[in-house]
Order: sequence, then C-alpha cells, then structure tokens
Amino acid sequence: MTKRFLRISLIFTGLIMLFPAQGIADTPFPSIHEPEGEGVKCVKDEDEMRRNHMNYILHQRDKTMREGVRAESDSSYSLAKCINCHVQPNDKGEVPTHDSKEHFCVACHQYASVQIDCFECHADRPQKYIKRDQSPRALKQQLKEVLDAKDMGDAQ
Amino acid sequence: MSDQINDSRRSFLSKAAIAGSITIAPGVFLHQTAHAKPDDQAVSNDTRWGMLIDTDKCAKGCTGCVDACNNEHGLTGFGRPETDTQYIRKVSLVEKQTGHEISLPLMCQHCENPPCVDVCPTGASFKREDGIVLVDKHICIGCRYCMMACPYKARSFVHENIEDQTLSAPRGKGTVESCTMCTHRVDKDGIPACVEACTEDDHNAMLFGDLNDPDSEISKELKKHGGKQIRADLQLNTGVRYQGL
Repeated sequence: MTKRFLRISLIFTGLIMLFPAQGIADTPFPSIHEPEGEGVKCVKDEDEMRRNHMNYILHQRDKTMREGVRAESDSSYSLAKCINCHVQPNDKGEVPTHDSKEHFCVACHQYASVQIDCFECHADRPQKYIKRDQSPRALKQQLKEVLDAKDMGDAQ
Repeated sequence: MSDQINDSRRSFLSKAAIAGSITIAPGVFLHQTAHAKPDDQAVSNDTRWGMLIDTDKCAKGCTGCVDACNNEHGLTGFGRPETDTQYIRKVSLVEKQTGHEISLPLMCQHCENPPCVDVCPTGASFKREDGIVLVDKHICIGCRYCMMACPYKARSFVHENIEDQTLSAPRGKGTVESCTMCTHRVDKDGIPACVEACTEDDHNAMLFGDLNDPDSEISKELKKHGGKQIRADLQLNTGVRYQGL
C-alpha cells in the first residue's frame, strides 16, 4: 500500500515539475553584454565562469580583507574586474544599475531566480561611470596628477 | 582562517630580501624593512601599525583629515549628523580652569585588546595580524554590540541605502563600519589618507608607522617624547597615541 502510494505521488511530482520546465524554455535567455575588443578574454572559459564565478570571488574576498593580500596575478579574481568589463553603457549611453534588467549580473540572476546582495555594498558600475561631487582636495589631487604627467612628458 | 602561505617559501623570500639588501653596499638599503611585505603574502604580526598624533600641531578648525577620509572612502552624509557615518572626527577639549583649548582627530584606536571584537557575536569584528581592527561586512549582522562596547564611539552604523561606493570601501545598509587605517593603501606601502592630508597641509600632526620596528620614525618619537593613550585605564593598548594631552 505504502509503495503504491509512493509510486503515484512520485509520478505526480514528476508531472508537476514538467510544467515549470516548459515555462523556462519559453523565457528568452537574457542578452548579455560581451566585452568588446580584440583579444579581450575572460579569466576563465565561459562555461566555467557561469557555473563557478561565485567561488572564485568568495575565495578572494577573505584573502584580501583578512590577510591583506592585494597582489594582482593570473590567479587573482575580483568583482570589480567583472564589472569593469561586463557593465558598459547601452545604446542610449546609459550605464545600467543593479535595479535594471539590463545589468549584466542582474539579467542572468533574474533568469535563474537567484537573488544576490553583492550590490548592497559593492559598486554596480565601473568607477569611471560614477559621478561624484569633487571635494577641493580631490580636485587639487587631480590637478597635481595632470601636472606631474605633463612634467614627465616634458622631461622625456 | 587558515594560513595558506607556505612557511618555507616565506622564509626563503625574507632571506632573499636580506641578501638583496646587503649586496648593494654596506649600510645602504633600498627599502625600509617595515614596509617590506610582498603584496602576495599575508600580513603578519611582525608589524603593528600605529599612529601618533601631536595635538599641539593639530590646527583648530582644520578638517583636512576628515575631508580626506570622507573623500577616500566615498562617505557622503544625508544631512543627519546624528546617524551619518564618520570614520574620523575632530574633537575639541577645553580646560575650564585655564580656557586652554586642544583640538584632535579621533577615530578607531586600533586596540590590541579590542572590546568590539570581544563582544561581536558573529566574528565579523576582527583584528588583523598587523593590529588593524576591521569589520567583515559579509558576516556583520548589524546588531551594533560593537558600537556600544567601543569606548571611543568610533563606529558608525549604515542606516540608509548607499549607491556609488568607491572600490576601496564597499559599504552598505545594515552593517557597522569604522576607520580601516586605509588598509587598501597600507597593504600597498602607502599611508592613510588622513595622515597624507595632514602632511600635505604642512601641519604634520599625524605620524603613521610600525610600532614593532624600533627604527621606525613613530617608535623613535614615542621613545623620545612618549605618547598617551586615551582611556589608558582600560588597558586596551591602543595603536593610536596622542601627544600634548
């Protein structure tokens, strides 16, 4: 009796699971911004990154914060680098934020129904697209950098 | 957190560094050993970072260090001074009898025995091997016990959503944060933004260095003129010391 009940319920579960699968097949795969430029390649193969990107970054974060290892090497990964390549302005020149489906990370995560909270704390766009109020000190620093660069140029 | 650095490799590297320094010329060193941590190695307790602040040189009304810190970490306020984040603040003390006014910057004192680490229920509040006290925001649950435990009122809680963070200071709602002694700079042989700003403004009230290295400028100055801890009675052995108090 129990066995029979189990068999029937299993068949039912299988049938129920079929339907959402159909639903996913209908949802178009998100369009993902591919980094442009010749020879531009991700740190790992696409398939590997799709499956394991979170592990690479997770490992890095503890090394960086707790141990202060900030060396850049072939084996170093960082969320900032992902963002720098993959989050770029759209056709209208707007850089998507993490509220938008156009955002590289959000597009896939929404498709896969995985909620992430990386961007509660981390910048969701490359730093060059973030406008900040410039403090007098920052402006002074920028001016100094420009002048230094000019001096270097003159010296050469 | 396991130590993943290979010990024999570390000792080889340090020997190689010494050999490299000696061969140039006797008495001439290419770099200070206090700053010699290769950036692919973990921080160690050979170093203890500290700061010495001379309140006599600290200019009244000057907020150079505070501005530099806010700029460095992208700290923007919401016009609510009660709850807005501050890593460093200026404090004025007036002696009632004489009217003598002292001005000083106050921030996380990077204690050797930090009360914030003692009370943290999740291990988010921690002390790095080199003495810098930090919050691991991935683990912080925002309970704010550390804020209550800190005798220096050094920590802030992020009450509101934050966008457009800087690369060196990821920060978000629901976590506690405080002065990081600019680890992102220090790990790359730099000095904290506040110290840099104070020096740039020719006040030279702040000195940053390795307290464990007897030849560092800060150790020599401390040996010569001493430096007080704020609330020394708590025996926290702070990494930030003051002169002229």
